[in-house]
Amino acid sequence: MRPVHELLLLLVVLTNFWVLGTTRLSATIRAVAIQGVLLAALPLALHPGISAHRLGLAAGTLVVKAVVLPAFLVRAIREAAVRREIEPLIGFSASMLLGAGAVALGFSIAPRLPLPELDTRTLVPVALSTVIIGLLVLTTRSKAVTQVVGYLILENGIYVFGLSQAERVPFLVEVGVLLDIFVGVFIMGIVVFHINREFDSLDSARLTELRD
Amino acid sequence: MILSPILSLLAVLGLAPLLPGIANRIKSALTGRRGAPVLQLYWDLAKLWRKGVVYSSTTTVIFRLAPVVLAASTVLAASLLPLDGRRALLSFPGDLVAFAGLLGLGRFLLVLAALDTGSSFEGMGASREVTVATFAEPALFLCFTVLVIATGDLRLEGMLGRPLVAAWPLAAPSLVLAAASLFIVLLAETARVPVDDPLTHLELTMIHEVMVLDHSGPDLALILYAGSVKLALFGSLVVGVLVPRGQLAAPLALGVLVAGLVAIAVLVGIVESVMARLRMNRVPQLLVAATALAGFGLTLLLA
Repeated sequence: MRPVHELLLLLVVLTNFWVLGTTRLSATIRAVAIQGVLLAALPLALHPGISAHRLGLAAGTLVVKAVVLPAFLVRAIREAAVRREIEPLIGFSASMLLGAGAVALGFSIAPRLPLPELDTRTLVPVALSTVIIGLLVLTTRSKAVTQVVGYLILENGIYVFGLSQAERVPFLVEVGVLLDIFVGVFIMGIVVFHINREFDSLDSARLTELRD
Repeated sequence: MILSPILSLLAVLGLAPLLPGIANRIKSALTGRRGAPVLQLYWDLAKLWRKGVVYSSTTTVIFRLAPVVLAASTVLAASLLPLDGRRALLSFPGDLVAFAGLLGLGRFLLVLAALDTGSSFEGMGASREVTVATFAEPALFLCFTVLVIATGDLRLEGMLGRPLVAAWPLAAPSLVLAAASLFIVLLAETARVPVDDPLTHLELTMIHEVMVLDHSGPDLALILYAGSVKLALFGSLVVGVLVPRGQLAAPLALGVLVAGLVAIAVLVGIVESVMARLRMNRVPQLLVAATALAGFGLTLLLA
């Protein structure tokens, strides 16, 4: 049978498809939360044995990506009382097919980026496709909340890529990255509130109407 | 040796009308009703078979031909599947295309018959049926491609038989994704809930049911029977992929298949109870998701 981390990586890709295919804001947040849980389990599954470094990384990821940020986003859509439906700029079917294309692209590029240390063929393609799909969500969904979700997915892709070097990267750097995302999403949350108060809508396209 | 495929084909053809009954019974139980007997479709078929047929004066020979061709092509498609886990009644390289083609032929005739009646509702149903089929078929063929590449065999007999047992340890994720995709195709092709509601009685929302409004008596019985066989066929595909039975003895393999089909019917009933049917414009999206799942499985296999 395949090792556990391959299964986790496949599930990460499936949560990406879930975000692309769903029409509900709350469902995208749930998908990102589940993705956070998967990513927290990944460093433990990827390397044999247990070290304080990876346990800390897993715990930090779990708290920030699977609990705090999703709870914050859920609060944001409740407070802003936005419509619960996503209004994509390109259709759900088209974005789903683009997502499938992103996965295929990831798998076709990955053999040119060999990783010396790990015996996994799926880590690099999953990381690449997650970054591309995050970018897709970020650019094709017009609601501010879904753009935050897209940003999170994009960052999750970078995180997966970073896991290939998890033993080398100092712990402090990783904590710094987590803090960075936390602050980033926090600021975006505040911006979301303000867009909402200003325009009674979360459509970020209307930001161009801002005047001082 | 030829006896085992024949017997298992007869068993599946005989048990097929049970499956919609089980699905409906589960649906009733989950919504707090007692529901129709599990054997209801058998009684319906027996009743319809004894009745006369009414033909509208606008219909032509196509309308009379369609139910017969539909039932015959569906049964013929069933004979291409290795129902006892190792051998199909008919088998040749590329028979997977014949399988999809035979089901397509039945659907084509049914659509023509619906158009033949001249009823605007039936034309609408026909157009929807074809739309759904257009999106379901790429998913079906991508699933078949996954199976072909995983097993290296172009015959359904091999794709679902012994080579699949050897392929499982190597290609498990792809095969699970293909099975999930096939299940969505099953729901679409057999007109079950997220795509179509078999219990709706409003012509505007029906897809499959509205096409058969004008059929009566034995013709309707043939169509209903073909529908239940189609559910059994796609169920056999899903079970065949998830539970490779190539190494089991033929009677045991058939037993596993029947148990799997009952499980599929229960699952269909559960899906129908917990989901509302999708808006018509979201149905293609579901099937594109099925295609993407199968495509992801294929990518994993090729990587």
